[in-house]
Amino acid sequence: MLPYLARRLLASLGILLGVSVITFGLTFMVPADPVAMIAGRTSTPAIREQIRHQLGLDRPLPEQYARYLSRLVQGDMGKSYARKSDVAPLIASRLPPTLLLMLGAILAELMIGLPAGVYAATRRGRFGDKLAMTLSFLTVSTPQFVLGLTLLYVFAYLGGWLPLGGYGTLSHLVLPALTLGLAGGGWYSRMTRSSMIEVLRQDYIRTARAKGMPEWRVTLVHGFRNAILPIIAMVGLDIGIFMSGVVVVENVFGWPGIGQLMWQAIQSLDLPIIMGITTVAAVFIVLGNLIADLLAPLIDPRIRLR
Amino acid sequence: MKSFWFRFRRDKLALAGLVIIAVLVTAGFAASLIAPYDPNEQFFDGLTLEGSPLPPSLRFWFGTDTNGRDQFSRLLFGGQTSILIGVLANGIAVTLGSVLGVTAGYLRGWIGASIMRFTDLMMAFPPLLLAIALTAILKPGLMIVVLVIALVNWVQVARVVYAETAALSERDYIEAARAMGAGTGRILLRHLMPHLVPTLIVYGTLGIATTVLLESMLSFLGRGVQPPTPAWGMMIFESQSYFLNAPWLVFIPGAAILILALSFNLVGDGLRDALDPTQRGR
Repeated sequence: MLPYLARRLLASLGILLGVSVITFGLTFMVPADPVAMIAGRTSTPAIREQIRHQLGLDRPLPEQYARYLSRLVQGDMGKSYARKSDVAPLIASRLPPTLLLMLGAILAELMIGLPAGVYAATRRGRFGDKLAMTLSFLTVSTPQFVLGLTLLYVFAYLGGWLPLGGYGTLSHLVLPALTLGLAGGGWYSRMTRSSMIEVLRQDYIRTARAKGMPEWRVTLVHGFRNAILPIIAMVGLDIGIFMSGVVVVENVFGWPGIGQLMWQAIQSLDLPIIMGITTVAAVFIVLGNLIADLLAPLIDPRIRLR
Repeated sequence: MKSFWFRFRRDKLALAGLVIIAVLVTAGFAASLIAPYDPNEQFFDGLTLEGSPLPPSLRFWFGTDTNGRDQFSRLLFGGQTSILIGVLANGIAVTLGSVLGVTAGYLRGWIGASIMRFTDLMMAFPPLLLAIALTAILKPGLMIVVLVIALVNWVQVARVVYAETAALSERDYIEAARAMGAGTGRILLRHLMPHLVPTLIVYGTLGIATTVLLESMLSFLGRGVQPPTPAWGMMIFESQSYFLNAPWLVFIPGAAILILALSFNLVGDGLRDALDPTQRGR
């Protein structure tokens, strides 16, 4: 286990390093010259040269990258264009609502996907199975902003049961979490279904049935418990999918997380914030993958450690 | 080929998806013939006296938008944008992904390893965020959006193709072909590619659904094709503030995106079953 752990950690660090190279490279693709932007139109070449020097843009590329990396490691992501404040604390202050939303979405997708998958597996090939699998296609084909607006219209506007967006209480969380998690629910229902079908074919299930165990017990206790193991390990991978979704969902529901911050940054083309959030999201994804990699062998000892 | 069509035909949902795609593609590309009005014409009587959009009527089938433009005409032209971007971006992504995947899977060695490590790296970026960052840096136009989406989406294809190529090149028949003096080009084209075609067809179809959704999100966030070119996601973004009073402005383009993405998903799934019958029902 330990060498496996070390290798996984090292691989994650390597990917993070690669991420920093790409985000560093992206800032060089910006067509606008940052020096001209700071100096203004009426600046003399001497002033521009001085600013270039202050920004370190006259240094060789590897040195610029090293400085970029060392600032990044210390949590310095530069200053926002529009807000005149540091990017890193801005993102940090917006993280808790987003994490809460993701937690809600994970809960929602598991509560939808696992029962639907078990149900479909036990009705394999029959109407219930086909209906559940068609619905799962529907959920992965729905754009999240359309789903979010539809849920808002039906449950908040027409029904009046839930608030029309905002943040604060548990009832504010329901619709955004459902919007973010529904597509994942569809995906999990497919995974659970095929995993259940695989498990229910095993010999020990036949033995359990032969002993005269009631079918619900065979399915839920012997089947389900083993079928969900590989699926639970995949929850860490959802973070990456959610990172795209929160931008849209938080905008629809007025949820004050990093997705909304991203949305505001897009409107003012605030590149430091856009790049900062992209970097933070990449860190989260690498962490999520690492957790998934570490959980998998703990949950299922048959998985070979590579 | 005949048995393939026979198997595909049995999947009623996939068949329905194929028909819908045919209708939407025809409608999108014949938009200038079908559309009752110019999609960018603002009608004097296109808004109520208070300045609200009009609900669906005989004159404006799907109502008017917040600028008093005909929603039906905009929907048709928006479909043109979505389908064009979906097919082009995914075509580029599949081509790029399969070339890199085959190269990595067949050559292995340091070239293969570096290609695959690069896909690992790309997987660390959420597709939408990377696309936003790229369109924020480059000015978004139709071709830029196509390229950005392709650049974000080729990774999945490359990984699948890599895995299949790596497994195939271990097979005895490849070894036999090599022993008989076949060159790399011949092995790739005659012995490997034919086995990859089913995978590429399936990804070529399923990927369009992903691409359509990604494009609609980008355009909803204002980073897709720019106005006045109509795009479904942007139509929803523009009418979001009128949503509660004029819900059709969101629901109609929303349903259009959903139907297009769903059709490509259903056809892709049907193709997968028809091309690989052993996987059926799993």
